[in-house]
Amino acid sequence: MNFNALFSDFGGYTITGLTVGAIYALVALGYTLVYGVLRLINFAHSEVFIAGAFAAIWGWAALGLDRDSVASGFGSIMLYLLVGALIAAVASAGTATVVERVAYRPLRKRNAPPLAFLITAIGASIAIAEAFGIYTRRLPVGAPTIVKPDLVLFEVAGTEVTMVQVLVIVSALAMMVALDLFINRSRIGRGIRAVAQDQNTAALMGINKDRIILVVFIIGGVMAGVAGMLYDIRIGTLTYSVGFLLGLKAFTAAVLGGIGNLRGALVGGLLLGLVENYASALFGANWKDLVAFVVLVVLLMFRPTGLLGESLGRARA
Amino acid sequence: MRQKLARLVGGVAIAALALGGTAACKSDSGTDEASGGDGCGSKIAFFGALTGPNAALGINMNGGVKLAVDKYNKENADCQVTLVPLDSQGNPEQAPGLAQQAIDDTKILGIVGPAFSGESEAANPLFSEAELVHITPSATRPSLADQGWKTFFRAVGSDFSQGPAAGRYIKDVLKAEKVFVIDDQSAYGAGLADEVKKVLGAAVVSSDKVQGDGKQNDFSATVTKVKSSGATAIFYGGYYQEAGLIRKQLTAAGVTATLVAGDGVNDAAYIEGAGAAAAEGTILTCPCQPATEARGSFVDDFKALNGSEPGTYSDTAFDAANILLAGIKAGNTTRTKMLEFVKGYSGEGVAASYKFTETGELDPAQVKVWAYKVEGGKVVPDQEVPRS
Repeated sequence: MNFNALFSDFGGYTITGLTVGAIYALVALGYTLVYGVLRLINFAHSEVFIAGAFAAIWGWAALGLDRDSVASGFGSIMLYLLVGALIAAVASAGTATVVERVAYRPLRKRNAPPLAFLITAIGASIAIAEAFGIYTRRLPVGAPTIVKPDLVLFEVAGTEVTMVQVLVIVSALAMMVALDLFINRSRIGRGIRAVAQDQNTAALMGINKDRIILVVFIIGGVMAGVAGMLYDIRIGTLTYSVGFLLGLKAFTAAVLGGIGNLRGALVGGLLLGLVENYASALFGANWKDLVAFVVLVVLLMFRPTGLLGESLGRARA
Repeated sequence: MRQKLARLVGGVAIAALALGGTAACKSDSGTDEASGGDGCGSKIAFFGALTGPNAALGINMNGGVKLAVDKYNKENADCQVTLVPLDSQGNPEQAPGLAQQAIDDTKILGIVGPAFSGESEAANPLFSEAELVHITPSATRPSLADQGWKTFFRAVGSDFSQGPAAGRYIKDVLKAEKVFVIDDQSAYGAGLADEVKKVLGAAVVSSDKVQGDGKQNDFSATVTKVKSSGATAIFYGGYYQEAGLIRKQLTAAGVTATLVAGDGVNDAAYIEGAGAAAAEGTILTCPCQPATEARGSFVDDFKALNGSEPGTYSDTAFDAANILLAGIKAGNTTRTKMLEFVKGYSGEGVAASYKFTETGELDPAQVKVWAYKVEGGKVVPDQEVPRS
C-alpha cells in the first residue's frame, strides 16, 4: 500500500473524488426517483445521461464552438454554460419521456411482470447507445473548452481547487437542494410522494398517476442532462459507450445511499467517488473498482437498505 | 384480434427463418464437395474490432482488406472471393466464439487478424487446431509467437522491436531522465510497457495501471501521481481511447511532460479524444512505415474505395490480405495447402517485404520502427527510430 502517495496529496485526491462523486450523485437521482415511485430500475437511465452529454456538445457546435475552441470572457462562458445545460436537460428529459412512453407505459397498462420491465430497460439502453455509436462512427467526440481546466480558483491547505471542480460540485449540490425542496414543498412533489407510497390510493385521491410518473422521468432526465454537460466540461471527450459504466456506478451510488432516498443518492455518490479515488492512490488505479465494490458489499451487510435507508425523501413521515 | 394477428405473423416469420436456415445449410454443404478444384467462391475473413471502444483501429485494417479483395475481384471477375468481416469488438471473451464461427465456415481459407493481442490469445489456439492460417497485421505482443501455434503469422514487428525502440526514443531523442510509465493491463499494453521499462531502467520514477476497454474515463488519481512524480516524459501502453482522455486530463492539470505511446494510440481518433492542443507533440511509435507512404497507388485507391485516408496498419492489412489472395490465385483451395503457401511465401507488399520465420514472425531484417509526432492536429512521420 502506498500511503505516501495518498497522504502527500490527500487534498488533491479528495477534491477530485468529490467532483467525480457529484456527477455520480446527479445521475443516481434518476435511478432513485424512478425506483422510489415505480419500484423499477430504469437501466436506460445511463443513455438518458449520454443523450444530454452529446446534446450539449452538439449545441455548442451549433454556436460555433468545435473541440479546439476555448471560450473566454465571463459573460459568454456563463451563456455557454446556461445554453449547454438547457439543451442537455431538454435532450435528456426528452429521451427519458420517450423511454417511459415506449418501453414502460405499454407494459404497465398490461400488468407485465417486473422481469419484462427489466428486459425492455436493458433493450432501450442498448438500442440508444448503439444509435449514438453508429451516428458518431464509434469515435470519441471532443468537447470545446468552456471553462479553462487549469484555472485555479483558490487554494486550501496546499491543494489547488480549480474552477471546473467548484462548478461541478456547486451546481450538483444546488440541483439537489432544489429537487429536495421541490419534492417536499410543491404540489407536484406531494403528488410524487403520494404515488410513491401507494399508487392506487393516490389515484383514488384524484392524482393523475401517469402524469406524475412522467414528471418523475422528466426530473430524472433534467438531472442526468445537467450531469452530462458537467461530464463534458470535466472529462472533455465523450464516447458513445461511456454511459454503461457510469450508469452502473451511479446505480451503485444510489444503492449505497439507500435507493429511493434522494439525500442518500448524494451521500452515496460522493462516498463512492471518494472511495474510488483513495483506493486508486493507495493500491493503484487498477484496484479502484475492486475496493469500491468490496466497500459496497461490506456496507450493505451492515445496512441492507443503504446508508440513509430506503424511502423517497421522507415520504412515509 | 390484434394479438392473434401478431401471433400469426410471428409464427410465419419463425417458420421462414427455420426454412431459410436449413436451405442455407444445404447449399453450403452442397458446394463444399465441388470446391475441391478451383478457388471460386472462396472466402477470406477479417477478424478484429469493427464496433466497440477501439473500433477505429479495426475499421482501418478492414478497409485495407476490403481494397485487396475488391482489386482481386476486378482482376478475376469470373472467379470471385468474398470478404467476411468478423467483428470481435476487440474483446477476448467474444474471440473464441467468433473463431469457431470462422472455422465452421469451410469456405474461409485464411484470416487477416486477429487484430489485437488479447483476442489473439483467445482465438489462435482454435485456429491452430483447425489449421486455419491467419496473418495478423497488428497484434504485437511478443509471446504470441512462442505458443507453438502452427497457423500464426505476423506481418509486423513484435513489441520486442517496438518497445525497446520507444524506450530508445525516450532516452536518446527526448533525453528524459524521469519517466512515468502507465499501462492498461491488456496483453498488448502491459507487454509494451514492460519492454519500455527494461530499456529505461532507473529512469522510470514511478508507474501506474489503469483500466482499458472504455472501463475508465476519469484518470484524476493517475494524473495526480504523474504530477507529483515530476516526470518529464510519460509512456502509455494501451489504446487510443484512454490515451486521449489521459492526455487531455494531464494537460488540464498542467502537466506538460511529453506523452509517448505505441501503435495502439497511433490513430486520428486519439487527437479527437485529447483535443488538438493537448495532443500536440505526442510521440507515437509503430513497427510500421507511414501508411500514407505506402508504395504504388495504395493511398489513392484506399481513399476512392473507403472514402477516408488510410490509417495505421491499413497498408499492412492490405498486404496480408494479398498474401492470402495470392494463395487462392495459385490454386491453394484447402486450408492445409494455404498454410503451406503462407509458410513459404516471399514477396513485396506496399508496406514492406514479407517473409516469415519458423515461428511465424516477420523476418527481422524487414522490421522498421517509426516514430510519429502529433503536429497541428495531425499524426505526421517524425523519424525512423535508429536501431540500437
